[in-house]
Parts: sequence; structure tokens; C-alpha cells
Amino acid sequence: MLAFLARRLANYVALAFIATSFGYLLASATLKPQARFLGRNPPVSQGAIDAALDKMGVNPDVPVLIRLKDWWVDLFTHGSLGISSRGTEVLNDIVARAGTSLRLLILGSILGAIIGVAIGVYGAVRQYRAFDRSTTFVSFVILATPVFVIAVILMILATKFNDVVGHQVISFTGEYTPGKSGGFFDNLGDRLVHLLLPTITLTVTAVASYSRYQRSAMLDVLSADYIRTARSKGRTRSSAIVRHGVRVALIPMSTFFAYSFALILTGASVTELTFSWHGMGEYLINSVSNNDINAAAGTMLFTAILVMIAGTLADVLYAALDPRVRV
Amino acid sequence: MSMLSTEVEILEENVSSGSSRRPNVLRRTFSSPQAWIGLGVIAVIAAWAWIGPLFAPDPETTDPLAFSQSPSGAHWFGTNSIGQDVYAQTLVGLQKSLVIGFIAGPAATVIAGFVGALAGYVGGIWDKVVVWVIDLLLVLPAFYILVLLSPVFKDLSWLALVVGIAAFSWMIMARVIRGQTMSLRDRDFVKAARYMGVGTFTIIRRHIIPNVASLLIIDATLGVGAAILFESTLSYFGFGIHAPDVSLGTLLAAGTSAAVTRPWLFVFPAAVLVITVLATSLLGDSLRDAVDPTSGANRD
Amino acid sequence: MTDPATTPILRVDDLRVTFRGEPDVHAVRGVTYEVNQGEFLGIVGESGSGKSVSSLAVMGLLPGTAKIEGSIQFDGRELVGLDDRRYSRIRGGDIAMIFQDPLSALTPVYTIGGQITEGLKLHDKKLSDQAAQARAAELLTLVGIPNVQRNLRAFPHEFSGGMRQRAMIAIAIANDPRLIVADEPTTALDVTIQAQILDVLQKAREVTGAAVVLITHDLGVVAGNADRVAVMYAGRIVEQAPVRDLFQHPTMPYTIGLLRSMPNLTSPREERLVPLEGRPPLLTTVPTGCPFAPRCPAAIDRCLEGEPELLPVGASTQEAACIRSDEIAAGTLPRGEIFPRPETLPEAEAVVETATGNAIEITDMRKTYPLYKGAVFRRRIGEVHAVDGISFSVRSGSTLGLVGESGCGKTTTIMQILELSGAEAGTIKVADKDTAKLSKAERRTMRRDIQVVFQDPMASIDPRMRISEVIAEPLTVQNVPAAEARKKVEDLLELVGLERSFADRYPHEFSGGQRQRIGIARALVVDPKIVVLDEPVSALDVSVQAGVINLLEDLKAKLGLSYLFVAHDLAVVRHTADDVAVMYLGRIVEYGTSDQVFDRPMHPYSRALLSAVPIPDPDAEQSRDRILLEGDLPSPADRREGCNFRTRCPLYKLMPEDKQAQCREVDPHVRPVEGRDVACHHAEQIDLLTSATAA
Repeated sequence: MLAFLARRLANYVALAFIATSFGYLLASATLKPQARFLGRNPPVSQGAIDAALDKMGVNPDVPVLIRLKDWWVDLFTHGSLGISSRGTEVLNDIVARAGTSLRLLILGSILGAIIGVAIGVYGAVRQYRAFDRSTTFVSFVILATPVFVIAVILMILATKFNDVVGHQVISFTGEYTPGKSGGFFDNLGDRLVHLLLPTITLTVTAVASYSRYQRSAMLDVLSADYIRTARSKGRTRSSAIVRHGVRVALIPMSTFFAYSFALILTGASVTELTFSWHGMGEYLINSVSNNDINAAAGTMLFTAILVMIAGTLADVLYAALDPRVRV
Repeated sequence: MSMLSTEVEILEENVSSGSSRRPNVLRRTFSSPQAWIGLGVIAVIAAWAWIGPLFAPDPETTDPLAFSQSPSGAHWFGTNSIGQDVYAQTLVGLQKSLVIGFIAGPAATVIAGFVGALAGYVGGIWDKVVVWVIDLLLVLPAFYILVLLSPVFKDLSWLALVVGIAAFSWMIMARVIRGQTMSLRDRDFVKAARYMGVGTFTIIRRHIIPNVASLLIIDATLGVGAAILFESTLSYFGFGIHAPDVSLGTLLAAGTSAAVTRPWLFVFPAAVLVITVLATSLLGDSLRDAVDPTSGANRD
Repeated sequence: MTDPATTPILRVDDLRVTFRGEPDVHAVRGVTYEVNQGEFLGIVGESGSGKSVSSLAVMGLLPGTAKIEGSIQFDGRELVGLDDRRYSRIRGGDIAMIFQDPLSALTPVYTIGGQITEGLKLHDKKLSDQAAQARAAELLTLVGIPNVQRNLRAFPHEFSGGMRQRAMIAIAIANDPRLIVADEPTTALDVTIQAQILDVLQKAREVTGAAVVLITHDLGVVAGNADRVAVMYAGRIVEQAPVRDLFQHPTMPYTIGLLRSMPNLTSPREERLVPLEGRPPLLTTVPTGCPFAPRCPAAIDRCLEGEPELLPVGASTQEAACIRSDEIAAGTLPRGEIFPRPETLPEAEAVVETATGNAIEITDMRKTYPLYKGAVFRRRIGEVHAVDGISFSVRSGSTLGLVGESGCGKTTTIMQILELSGAEAGTIKVADKDTAKLSKAERRTMRRDIQVVFQDPMASIDPRMRISEVIAEPLTVQNVPAAEARKKVEDLLELVGLERSFADRYPHEFSGGQRQRIGIARALVVDPKIVVLDEPVSALDVSVQAGVINLLEDLKAKLGLSYLFVAHDLAVVRHTADDVAVMYLGRIVEYGTSDQVFDRPMHPYSRALLSAVPIPDPDAEQSRDRILLEGDLPSPADRREGCNFRTRCPLYKLMPEDKQAQCREVDPHVRPVEGRDVACHHAEQIDLLTSATAA
């Protein structure tokens, strides 16, 4: 079986490679790094422009496929993703920002998955009763609300709360209060407070979507024959559902996790942006505003790798949960 | 299927004059209040979006007496910092968002139906290629791709955005349609048609499409909401609709900075957006329940 | 507690089950029966009779929408109204259940051993893991599952259907129950596996001393296994009797009709089947008169005045719910008069001259499929030789029956024929034309000549098309104009015994039997000469099968058709086929006329197959030779040297070493033995089998 997980992983690697290349080509097609140099006074010479563009490896006179090849070669030989339009190493930029994005992403996904599964299972077991109806309706509303709206609403509420209390309890702009003094625990506390609203935003969206899916998977399982067999052996209804039902209903969730990861990633980026965190989402947006091809390509690589990891995790989870696929 | 459910089903089948068959899907959908609410709200909102402006102030006109005023009799949703009427602006934005939703959503469905049915029925190398392309398109978040494409959209009309949204929304449904088609292909009535000598395209037209039609209708309905959400998120960050066009997304972007102190600039357009998408979700969900009461999780 | 020797272990008294809904469905309407300690009761009924619902009621496993009234007493203790927790202590401990489909009844993510020990530990909290494992191993051996240590750790999907059902029996008897309820335990299994499982069930009963309630639609299964039989119809018991009495002198017209409509291996081959018209009533309203009256030829006015009660017939222990049962018992209303056998179509009506020669001729056909394993991670692990070099012919105007169990290749064979594009190897000739050499236009024309009727009438008709469109579809391929097509559709509806006005309705408005008639109409609309039938009656209720079988026979005579009839139900094939080919693992093992093969089968597999078919005659069942095949079907992907039936062959075991070597090394080809073709080296010694089992 390990051989087959390896084969799946290889497939993902190939996909990641092609997807990133596609991203690079797209960025090269739509972004115009030379725009920075135009309309300046005094005007910059073409030679100077070319030199600057060459240094970054984004000169449009060089055929795009060559540039792509060079970019990959550069990555594998020097471990470098090129220079951004502000002169910094793209790789360093990404490393600095990746942590920010990953913190939010991981926390949101894990909390979202756990709470979502729990709500979905419970809602299915008590189908159409109060809990199910209310959580279903709330999920629908959340899924109908763009992530940034949730974020802003939370900001509004937090501000009102702060006003009522009279004192800034919940801060939400950025990851931490800049220039804050204090020891390790003070800073940690500060970061946690700033983490609160963004995490709630992302988690709430994730919970809404996971719970809907899990509910429907659970409903399928509830009418299954093996639940009845478990009861016929002497298990009470709830014990049969928990021991036999939930375990099986978790199986499709692993594939759902893989498919929905891209959406969670988008959600995380939107959340970051709204709360002014300096993560990968902001990096991508800036790269477009700055016509920075390397930065954009680097972001695509980062994304492709994350999706690849998510997909592999999902495969491992699936094989762990479902003995039918273990060849 | 369990023995009991088979027996009860046979009993019920004898009882009702049909399960999820053609004339009855609509009846079952609209037997629940949820479907009526969904459809009703969509109809009302659509009407409001186009008829409402006839009775509203001009969105561009500034009212010098009323800068940043909270909702009042003269300005139902309040005014913004230069005195423009938020209600009127919301309606204009709503029009654009609705149009985008009603075009992009169903367009994605059409693509999904066509690609999915063909891949599922024909199989072989075509199927492999399609599945691979779908996987590739799912690897990169659509949001990022459209952000990268936005400089191109800037120069084109908003229709380009519609195409872009549709181009990245069809993948998951195509997989579902493919899965359904593959199981339909093995069903006896399709085999029977093949052995009668009916041609491939005729089979797809006569047997496959009508049997996945319900899936397509559900997807188109939900797709409207999804497209609106997608567009508003893009526009919010400046990557979708550009000035001078106005959509709910651009309005929300404009209203964010002051949202904390002057919530009406944000809350009203947001509420309109949420209610619209919610209505499409409710209707789509009712359709889904009517077509397949078990609403299977993993149709792949 | 009363005296254990005389209290029935289960006493059901006026049980009523209603499913709440729009409208309410009265699934069980006053069922009363008893089961004594160690007794074997068979409950027989067709779909919608309420037999499964009543058994689930006994177990307390009905869904929440079910309202249960009446009394169910287990060993004197009332079960109706018992809460889930207390019921759970009885389930799996004192009362155990075996379900129909073992694949869906076993949890896919837990091992077989785990599912057995679960049952053990639920009823004995102090049981150690080690002891539980040991007991589970014991149970697996008891039910005949080999490689115990390996199989304790196996998952349900790794087992075959027969093995899974054995595992289910092991789970059921784990705690020595006093009552075992088996709900259609063998319906999903092949006939030789069914015989094995019934054997295991009897063994389980001996070991535990439990009483058994077996629910089934198959009267043959009941005849060979039960002490007493109860027949259910429309939610009630309509006849109850000791097994011999029920089969030899049934006194309720439904039972009589059922028995006379079943093709039977011991009755004369040409004897016409007696069809039961109509279908069971809807149970949304409580019937005012006898629910069988609309279908009963013996009904009189008094029958509609009130539902007959289940009363003893005469002085015997037999009970029937019919006001005329005394007349039937006494002989004043002869059974043959109530359900007379229909006349065979007189020769004069057999209008069309049949062509000479062969309708279909197959020579040395082969088909292999690549084998993939795993649902998500697919890889190719070998080839399946689905059809491995077979030859047969369907003579014009006759019926060839192709029989075999699952995996034998019969379905693959007919699909290859129907593709009309030749075979992977060997030749297929339809109407004397080699299908490999057809041009596209010729193939289109040939589609007129050969049509197909599928097994499942629900699945073979597009639910979204009107009946007229369904039946006319083959005509669209031949570009027949609409008006002409319409007339043809109506003519055909009449031909198959349906109303012309049905043409505008949708499939869901019809019953299973009617839908199958529609399927037949569709096959005949282009006036084919050859019809391929893939299990045409397997999905239908027994009482409905007879009507469709008779229709097929009449049509064949009237229209001069040739049939290639694929089935696993040997009694049906014996009745309808002129020639028979028995398939096993992609090969034909015996091929001859129906009389030859059924009266005196020469291949050990044919013998075993026939001995496994249950006969609805208790005396015949008790006295017949039972040849049980051991083990399961080997994997069709394995290639074996020598005879591929050797691993399970009862004759092989009786042969001396030198003859066994021949079976191991040389692949037997088909050769003529006693007038038919047999693929066995030692077919002449076949009678050794009978003398061995009789000893």
C-alpha cells in the first residue's frame, strides 16, 4: 500500500509542478513589470530597464518558456525563487509570511473540521429536531455570507463590545500590537487576542461547510444495514450509531477535506486581508499591484505545495479509515 | 438496500403514484415552504432590483444636506460621506451582482453538464484527460487565478469577469455529472438502447441528459448564489468589477473603512447580498431534497 | 415463569404494525403464531406481504415511524413497549437475527473477528479479550470458515457472499440464542451456496438447540427445512400448517395458486404453469373483505363481506383464512378446478414457419477482462477469463437455456453476442452471418433480427419516458414513421396482455410484472426472429413469474421465435428450454437437450447444481440425494492446470490416484457422453456419486 500512496504523491507532485508552471505563465502574461519604469521623470533608459528586468528574470523579450525553465532551474540549484520587484528575495518574503498564513489556516481547518463533524453527526442523528433545524439554518446563512462580510461584522461587534466595556479588550487589526512591550506571556496574550476574531471568522465558515457535508454522509449511514446488525447484537441505538456509524461516515470526509482545501485557503487569504495580517494573501495581492511576476509565481508554488500536502494527508486518512481501499 | 426499506418502499411505491419522476419533482419541491420562500424571495429581489430604482433617488446625486447620515425617511439606507443615497446605490449594485450571478451560474452548469456527460459516457482517453484537467484546475484556488487575471479584466468589460467566474466554477459539478453518467451508462435501459442500435449522441440526448437534468437544475440554482459570492469577494479587493461599474462587492469595499462607526454603509448592502444568496440556497436545497431525498454525500 | 417445556419460546398475538405517513401503511394487520422450543417455522410470502416487517417487529428493530400494537411474548416475557436498553440485552443474547444481504449487513471497517467478539462482549462484560478471540475462532470453525486465524482479521469485503453469510451465522449463534430469526438469508446467494448455508443453519440449530424462524419467498427452501409453515398475504397469515400438510393439501386458494404457479423440478416438464392474475392490494386502506378475493377464482359474494379469520380446518392443526377451506379440504371444491392449468397453444395457432438452421451459433468464443483492485487506488492485478472457449447453437424456433451461477460467464456471453461485432476469439454467427464481418449498415439491419429482454424491469426502462416512447424506441433506429410506430405499439401492448390505452402512461404506474411485459413488447416491436432473455423473471414475484413465462412460450409458438434464455433458476429453465448448456467458470461443462441434462446429468457440477435446487415438496426434499459442493468459487483470475472444477468436485474425491492425476494435469474438453456433450474425464463414473451419498 505504501507504494500506492507514493504513486498518488508522485501524481500530486506532477500536478503541483504543472500548476505552478501554469501560474508562472499566467503571471507573466498578465503582469507588466516594466510598467514601474514607465512614465517616470526623468525617463529611464531602455537599457536600464532591461538590466533591471533581467536581474529579476522577467524580461519580456526573453521567451516565456525559457524564463520558466530558468526559474525552475534557479529554484533547484540555488534554492531561490528570484528577486521581487522591491529587490528582496522572494523566498525570504514567503518564509516570513508563510508562518502567518499557516497559523491561521491550520487552526481554522482543524477547529472547523472537529466542530463541523460533531455538529453534522449530531444534527443527522437528531434529524429535523431543534438542534438540527437551527444549525442547518445558521449554516445556510453563513454559507450565503462572504468571508469578508463575516469578518467585518465581527469587527463591528467587537468594537461595540469594546465601547460598552470601555476598554480595548478585543483588538483585531494585524497579528499583534506593534511596539508592545512586555514579556513573553504578555506578547503571547496579545497575539492570542488578535488571533481571536480571524480564527472565529475562518472557523465559522469551515464549520458551516463541513457540518453540511458530514450531516449528509451521516444520514446515508444511519439507514445502513450494519447499524441494524449492530443493534441486533445487543447494542443500543445510540451506541450502534456512534461505534459503527460515525466511523464509516468519516470516510467521505477525507476526500471532501482534500477538495475543499482550496476553498479554505481562499477563505484564509480573504480573512488575512480583511484583518490586515501580513500573510500570503496580502503578498499575492501586492504582487499583482506591483506587477511582480516572481512574487506571484512564488505564491503559486506555495499554494500548490500546500494543496499537495492536503491531498496526501487526505489520502492517508482515507486509507487509514477505509480498509476496502487497502490493496 | 436493506430488506426493510425494500419492503416499505414497495409498499410506498404502490401507494404514491410515483417517486422522483418527472411530473412529481416540481410538486415535491414546492410542497415544502422552504422552496416557496426561496423562489419568492428571489423573485421579489429581482423585481426590486429593476423596479425599485424607478422610485428611488438617483444614486450619483449627492445631497449636500446629508453627508454620512444614518438611515432616515429621506434616505432609507442612509448616505455616504459625499451624500449619495445608499439605498439607490445598493439597488444599482444589486442589479450588476444579479446579472453576473444569473449568467455565470447557469453558464458553469452548462459547461459541467456537457463535459461531465461526455467524459462519463465516452470514457477511455477522453475521460482520463478531462479528469486530469479538472484535477489541475482544482489545485489552484480560483480566487488566486482570477486575481492574477484581473489586470486583463480591467481593460475589458465586466462580461469578461463573468466568463472568468464561469470558467472556474464548473469543475466539481462536472465530476458529479461524470459519476452519474457512468452509473447511468451501466443501467439496463441505456444498455437496452445501445443494443437496439441507438447512436451515442442520441443516447446522451434522450437518456442521459434528462436523467441528470435534476442535478443540473440544482447546480444552476446554487450556482447563481455561488457566482454572486465569488464576484463580490473579488470586487471587494478590487479585482472584479472596476469603476465606474458598481456591484454589491464594490459597495461593500467602499463601506468597510467606516463600517465600525457608520455601520449602515456596510450592513445594508451586506444584508441584501446575504439574503439573495440565501434565497438561492434554500431553493436549490429544496430541489435537491425533492430529487433525491437521501441527498447522497459522495456521488462520485 | 411457566413450565419451560410447554411454553412456546415465541408467541405473537394479533401483531399490528402501521407506518405513519401520508397515508398510513398498514403493513401487518393482526398476525398470530407460536414457535415452540427448538422448532423450525417457515414464514412464506411475496413482496409486500409484511413478512419482513413482522420479523423486525419481533426484534424491536423497526424505525421510529412504526406503530406497534398487539403482543410479542418471548419465553413468557412481553416485548412490545420494551425500551431500547432492555431490548438490547435480549437481542444478540436470547434472540439473534440473520439478515439478507451480508455485504451491507456487516460493518465494512471492522474485522470479522472484531464483529464476532463485539457480540460476545456485549453480553458478557467480564469476558477477556483472549477468551473472546478463542470463542470467535471456535465459531468460525463451526460455520465452516477455513483459515481461522487469518480470517478473524479479515474484513467483510474480502469474503465471498457465502462466507459472509457464514460469518453472520457465527455472529448470530455466538451467545447460544434460544431463537434465531433469519430474514431471507439465502436470497442473495447462488443456489449451491444457498444449499451450503441452509446446511450451516441447520447445524447451528442443532448446536444451540434454538428455534428458528425462517422468512423467505421460496417455498422450496421451506419444504426442505421447516417443521411448520405460515403463509402471509397482505399483512396477515392466511394459512398455517405442518410442512407436509401445507404442501400436500393446502386449503387456502392463495397457497394453492402459489404452488401451482411455480415451476418444479419434479413435475412434468411440459406441464403449463398456472398464472395468478393481478397483484396484492395496497395496504393504505384496511380491506373490507378477503384481500385475496379480487384475484381468487373461487371467490363468492360472501368473500367480500368481511375478512376471513384464521381458523382450524377440520380437526387438524392446519389453519386457513378462507371461508371455503372446509370445502377444499373435503374435496367438494377440487384444487384443480380453482386454478386449472391453461391449455397449451394448439398447434394450429403456431402460425409462422420457422426457418431451418441455427439462429445463433457460437464457436470457441473467448473474452477476457483486465482485473483491477481497489476503489481509489486502482491497479491491474491480472485478467479474468470470463468466457473461456465455449461453443453452442440455438436452433431456429427453439429455446436454449444457459445456466450457471454468478461468475460463470453467461451474462458476458450474451453481451458479446448482442454487440454484434464478433468476439475476442472464436466466431459468433447470428442468422448464419458472422458478426465480426458486418458493415455498419448490415449491423443496423441485423438489429431488427435480434433483440433483448433484461432482468430488472425497473432498471431496463427509462423512467422518464412514456410507455409508447419506450416501446417505439427500436423503431426509431429503423426510421419507421410515427403514425405507423404508434399503431405497432398499441398492437404489441395487446399482444403482451396489456391495455392499448396504457401507451400514454409512465413506467412507475405499473407493477413489476407489467413492466416486464412492456420490456417484452419493446423487444418484439421490430419483429425480431431471435430474442435474448437475461434472467427475464428473476426479479419478479413467484406468482407473477408464471404469467410472464406462459406469455413467452405463447409468443414463441405464435411468432416462430428462437430464444437464448439465461437464468440461474433451474426450474424455470427446465420448464422453458429445449436445450440446456451448463456453464462454470467460463466454460460449458454440459450441453444437451433439457430432458437429457435434467433427467440424468452427467457432469458432477450439473449433478451438484440440480441437487441444490430446493423442491417445493417436503417428501422429495427429505429423500433426495444431496451433493454439497465444498468451498467457494475459485477466483476467475487464476489459471489452473487441468480441470478447473477439480477443487470442488465431489467425483474427484472418489477417484483413485491415477484418475485424479488426469484431472490435475489435463484440461477436459467437451466430448459426447450418452448423447450430450460433457467436459469431464470420468463422466461415465458419475453414478458413483449417488451411491456414495446414499451410503
